[in-house]
Amino acid sequence: MKPSTARKLKEALTGYGFLSFNIVGFMAFTAIPVVFSLALSLYKYDNITPAKYVGLDNYKKLLGFHYESATEDEDAAPVDAATAGPASTGPQHLVANDPNFWHYLGNTLFMMLGLPLTMVGALILAMALNRGIHGRLVFRAIYYLPSISPIVALALVWVWVLNPTYGSLNGVLSSVPNWFIDQSNGVFGTNLTHVTWGPNWLGDLNWAKPAMIMIAIWGGIGGFTMLLYLAALQGIPGVYYEAASIDGASRWQQFRNITWPLLGPVNFFVIVMGVIAGFHAFDMQYVMTQGGPAGATTTIAYYIFNNAFSFSKMGYASAIAWVLFAIIFTLTLLQWRYRKKYTFQYD
Amino acid sequence: MALLLAGAFTMIVPFLWAISTSLKTEDAIYANPTDLVPRDPKTRQISIHWENYLKVWEKIPLRSYYMVSIIAAVAVTIGRVATSSLAAYAFARLEFPGRDKLFLLYLATMMIPAEVTMIPIFVLISKMHWMNTYYALILPGVFTAFGTFMLRQFFMTIPRGLEDAARVDGCSRLGIWWRVIIPLSVPALVTLTIFTFLGSWNDFMWPLIVTHTKDMFPIPVGLAQMQSDYQRELTLLMAASVQVLVPVFILFFACQKRVTEGIVMSGFGKF
Repeated sequence: MKPSTARKLKEALTGYGFLSFNIVGFMAFTAIPVVFSLALSLYKYDNITPAKYVGLDNYKKLLGFHYESATEDEDAAPVDAATAGPASTGPQHLVANDPNFWHYLGNTLFMMLGLPLTMVGALILAMALNRGIHGRLVFRAIYYLPSISPIVALALVWVWVLNPTYGSLNGVLSSVPNWFIDQSNGVFGTNLTHVTWGPNWLGDLNWAKPAMIMIAIWGGIGGFTMLLYLAALQGIPGVYYEAASIDGASRWQQFRNITWPLLGPVNFFVIVMGVIAGFHAFDMQYVMTQGGPAGATTTIAYYIFNNAFSFSKMGYASAIAWVLFAIIFTLTLLQWRYRKKYTFQYD
Repeated sequence: MALLLAGAFTMIVPFLWAISTSLKTEDAIYANPTDLVPRDPKTRQISIHWENYLKVWEKIPLRSYYMVSIIAAVAVTIGRVATSSLAAYAFARLEFPGRDKLFLLYLATMMIPAEVTMIPIFVLISKMHWMNTYYALILPGVFTAFGTFMLRQFFMTIPRGLEDAARVDGCSRLGIWWRVIIPLSVPALVTLTIFTFLGSWNDFMWPLIVTHTKDMFPIPVGLAQMQSDYQRELTLLMAASVQVLVPVFILFFACQKRVTEGIVMSGFGKF
């Protein structure tokens, strides 16, 4: 029996009714803002004075380069030899229009360097927890704690841990020389006066980023990544290992030839998700270093935040956000391609 | 095993250090040698100062921060679960013109980072004069494509036969949604609830942008504010941090299984 037109109409109306609440909100807070943001990236706007159309200038300023010693309008008019002078007056440097952007992009990428270590740690953890040892739930919970905690609270704790003079990390580092001199002191005991052995973590241009990486590893090792590995390990049929051990494969060979290849898709997924999360990094940096020292821990997300809400350059901030989107979009596409190619079927 | 224990110790040392500091006097934190167990710096006797925990409540409006966080997180969670499950049912089961195109639109926006929409929503909120109100804290968080997508995928796995039986018995669509689909989707709904609640509870950048006065600060913004107001009073800062972390830990231990399953199920994580 074909449904009558009246019934079809009724179902369609019911459908729109079910959708109505969500779609109004979705349009107002997602779909329209996306379009608006793309438009905004072509304007100069500070949320007070009327927006001024500037075309692609925001993107040119963000991504473009210019020659330092060349005249400003070299694109507009061909260089006239008589007025511009000989080009050999000085070396011409190719300089970014917005060096900050590249600096912060570099910071963002640099602070992702902990990702491989996080992955190795998470995999080792997952393999240990997969053995069915006592108290695995407790272990899993402890390792997972940082992932559910408000980052601001964790950041406050870490600022204090990393305090160069009174913090516990440098306290431990300073006591290391004492272990060889006076064994009666505990781990946290040191007879040295507060002349500490250890860097000024967050205040030092060279140590701030490594400190952030260290915290990211601490926070990430037992989180989402470990759980994904654990799920993947549990999905590998035990018969593979049985067959391999009958053939006399060592534990390392089993890992190398069974576990590792089967973890391929998870590895790639974890990398992509980690990199995406890295591009969004903001909370830690805002609370711990305010992006400093000298911008050493400012990320792309932080730069967008600053431009939009501290400098009131909303158009420019939107342009950076769209560049960020382009990066994330490319990564997601790559991940989809790879996933399709490497989906294993267990039987 | 030893490795696991050593790792677990490394994980909790910062928390222990925070608890230790929160129980010391201001003098004791600068004492030499540095102690993990709070001691009086002069007499070397163990001295624990619980009063720091009470002092925090007097010095900063922690009660207000908690209230704002609870109201915002509960409202966002109820709003998101309710509207997403309604929309997800429409996408999963009902036939109407433009359904697949709309769903594709939802999917497409999931890849767009929050930084893109943040600025236009900020402009919208300020034009509506919703700055520093609950509207600003709640509304943008309610309507996400992710919740709808996740529930739609789950609803698709529910056998149609159950619905048909209910329809033969004269049940309306809304009745089916409420009596058949919702009870069968408890695991997915719980997962979405936990994630939405945690996400809203821990959210920092958005409330930082749209709230300006202490009476509208949720906990993370309030803590950051406290950091700049009481930079030197480490015992209070740590007491506040511990009091913020502990409820999250308790909640997590209470529903650990759901949280961990849900993360894998939804492919979603913070780190």
